Amino acid sequence: MLSRVADSIYWLNCYIERAENIARFVDVNQNLLLDSPSGMKQQWRPLVLTTGDLELFKERYGEATAENVIQFLTFDNQYPNSILSCLRLARQNARSVREIISSEMWEQVNEFYMMVRDAAMGDSSYYLPEFFNQVKQQAHLFVGVMDATMTHNEGWHFGRMGRMLERADKTSRILDVKYFILLPSVEDVGTTLDEIQWIALLKSASAYEMYRKRRQHRITPFGVVEFLILDREFPRSIQYCILQAERSLQHITGTRPGTWKNPVDLELGRLRSELDYIMIDEIMNRGLHEFLDNLQTRINMIQEKTFETFFALEPMPETASQSQVS
Amino acid sequence: MGLQFVLFDSYDPGDFYDELFASPGEPRPEGKLLIDRLNSLSPEEIRMRQQAAKTAMMKLGATFNVYSDSEGTERILPFDMIPRIVSAQEWAYLERGLIQRIQALNLFISDIYSDQKIVKDGVIPEDLINSSKGFLKPCMGIEAPKNIWCHITGTDLVRDRDGQWYVLEDNLRCPSGVSYVLENRRVMKSTFPQIFATLGIQPVDEYPSHLLDTLLNLAPSHIDDPTVVVLTPGIYNSAYFEHSFLAQQMGVELVEGRDLVIADGYVQMRTTKGLQRVDVIYRRIDDTFIDPLAFNPESLLGVPGITEVYRSGRVALANALGTGVADDKVIYSYVPQMIRYYLGEDQILANVPTYLCWEPQQLEYVVANLDKLVVKAANEAGGYGMLVGTQATEEERLEFAGRIKANPRNYIAQPTLSLSRVPTLLGDSFEGCHVDLRPYILYGPQGVYVHPGGLTRVAMKKGSLVVNSSQGGGSKDTWVLF
Repeated sequence: MLSRVADSIYWLNCYIERAENIARFVDVNQNLLLDSPSGMKQQWRPLVLTTGDLELFKERYGEATAENVIQFLTFDNQYPNSILSCLRLARQNARSVREIISSEMWEQVNEFYMMVRDAAMGDSSYYLPEFFNQVKQQAHLFVGVMDATMTHNEGWHFGRMGRMLERADKTSRILDVKYFILLPSVEDVGTTLDEIQWIALLKSASAYEMYRKRRQHRITPFGVVEFLILDREFPRSIQYCILQAERSLQHITGTRPGTWKNPVDLELGRLRSELDYIMIDEIMNRGLHEFLDNLQTRINMIQEKTFETFFALEPMPETASQSQVS
Repeated sequence: MGLQFVLFDSYDPGDFYDELFASPGEPRPEGKLLIDRLNSLSPEEIRMRQQAAKTAMMKLGATFNVYSDSEGTERILPFDMIPRIVSAQEWAYLERGLIQRIQALNLFISDIYSDQKIVKDGVIPEDLINSSKGFLKPCMGIEAPKNIWCHITGTDLVRDRDGQWYVLEDNLRCPSGVSYVLENRRVMKSTFPQIFATLGIQPVDEYPSHLLDTLLNLAPSHIDDPTVVVLTPGIYNSAYFEHSFLAQQMGVELVEGRDLVIADGYVQMRTTKGLQRVDVIYRRIDDTFIDPLAFNPESLLGVPGITEVYRSGRVALANALGTGVADDKVIYSYVPQMIRYYLGEDQILANVPTYLCWEPQQLEYVVANLDKLVVKAANEAGGYGMLVGTQATEEERLEFAGRIKANPRNYIAQPTLSLSRVPTLLGDSFEGCHVDLRPYILYGPQGVYVHPGGLTRVAMKKGSLVVNSSQGGGSKDTWVLF
């Protein structure tokens, strides 16, 4: 299929997934703070830290208050990773491939965008928790419509691959948020306060009930981290996402599992097999934050290789007598 | 008779040819079934059906783009549910006339870009050809596949007060609107299902198949499975919906200039599995924008170097480059002579009588009679660069006279026609609104094919003669009976 079209479907999915996950981050944070004892300082800076855009934020807003951070991440038109910007870009990508995606998909993205845009223009009394809920619902709807109405062809698989890589990256950042939230004192580790914070984190990843089903015993940091990174069946766990991304890639390239033909196969295969055999103790000993940081770097590289291999095609140098302007 | 013509009892065809009514209260034979049906519906039902039709059009997404970057507003071409109906014999006559016309035009264009026999034999002045904006010198000597240049034509027809048909103009570059023909018909089938079951209306859905055949016909015969694409300027083009619709209906790829590249002497598309050769391009980009190396160097829409590949016969373009020479309204006036010269026949479908301002005597007449004439620029489209003498002020006429005298080769004048009308739902009542008709004509493996029906464009304001979509016009379905 046309590189440009594959690129658009890939990014359409990335942007929708990204918007949903931003809603989740902010939600995690709000929940974590709501359950903290009063007097504990409100911490919104960690949220910005996990996006990697702290400098940009400081330039434009200065202090990391609740209002500033929420505005930055949700409705800031000039911040490319805000929910509003993600929806605008998703819609733009969808519109340029309208005849390839189904009409239901287009209509749904359009409606999703208009919902977010209207909320952005509304007054400040707009009820945020309900808004974040709607964002999650609309994203689920998009995935469902795409699953049910678009042929599961190459284009569909590019979409899923993009979405899964994005989700893996963002789940790792949701986990990272917890790392940054400092407990008042080291004695609090393992206490009810700590446990409450892990529950809040699980809920924001829609993982609480599924976690409980898997492990009947108490909520422990090791348990939660293992579930969200290594579970092979929970759809928001990182390993699940990497597995699905790899499966979609195999559909696209026709490469047999366990072998590789291009740099994307290679990097993605390596990451997936490492996650297949790593143990939670090893992750925690290495340091959760370091592990997650490294994971994000590798996912980023896979995305770059995907672009180079499939989307950014140049003709062979010796016949490029008139090279195409991009 | 009593309740019969409840809805149309006050409808007055007026002093015009009405397509559905022969006189007040008396529908034409081809319109009787429809009028009877409409009269059996209450005003509320009529309104409901019109509204349902509008909603269906919106949902189908038959939009055209009017937008600012951040908003993305798209507009629906206004649609009226009362169709224009053409009887079988009348259509047969139009079909014969159009086939003859397109054959002659094709031979003309082919001749103009090779030996120019029609010029050498003194039928058309050489100056006229050379000064035509659409005449592209770089196309001289190009051999079009199967010697077909006009693959897709949209010829605008009008009917005058006396019921006589005339050709208003030919559109031989990138005629648009056929997607509305197909979508209008889809909507009408759900608006008037009973009539479709009874009346016997020629279907329109075969257009994409015929179009695909027309395009495949251009690929070199040694290629087993030619790759056809539709080349669009992109989503910001006002006809983008049609480009994407036709690509989808034919099952071919929709590409933009930036998806194509010249490699190994061929036009190739950038795909996820590497470069893939393209054999036939249905190009919806104007001649001058299609190749910055051969034509307008500022164009970002085209494919640099595509003209050379086209010239070498390694890619086919539909429509061929250079067909715009016959879009020129002055050249249009010579079509009767073309028909006689190439086919040895008399013109079946008449041209509108046309005054050529570059002839001094005709220029004098035109300037003296501006209040009775319609004056048009030779190469403008969409109703721009035009003067409707009967509706203009003295000042406007004076100003226009100046323009004509400054550049007489660029203007033609025609008597004001009283375009025919079709009842149209304006507000709460039916009014006669002026219409024209654009049938679509394909030149494929079996010769010239005239698609039954076409786009009936309607002026949506009472008394207005302006049917162009860019200036508030709308459309109707066109029914050609069996």
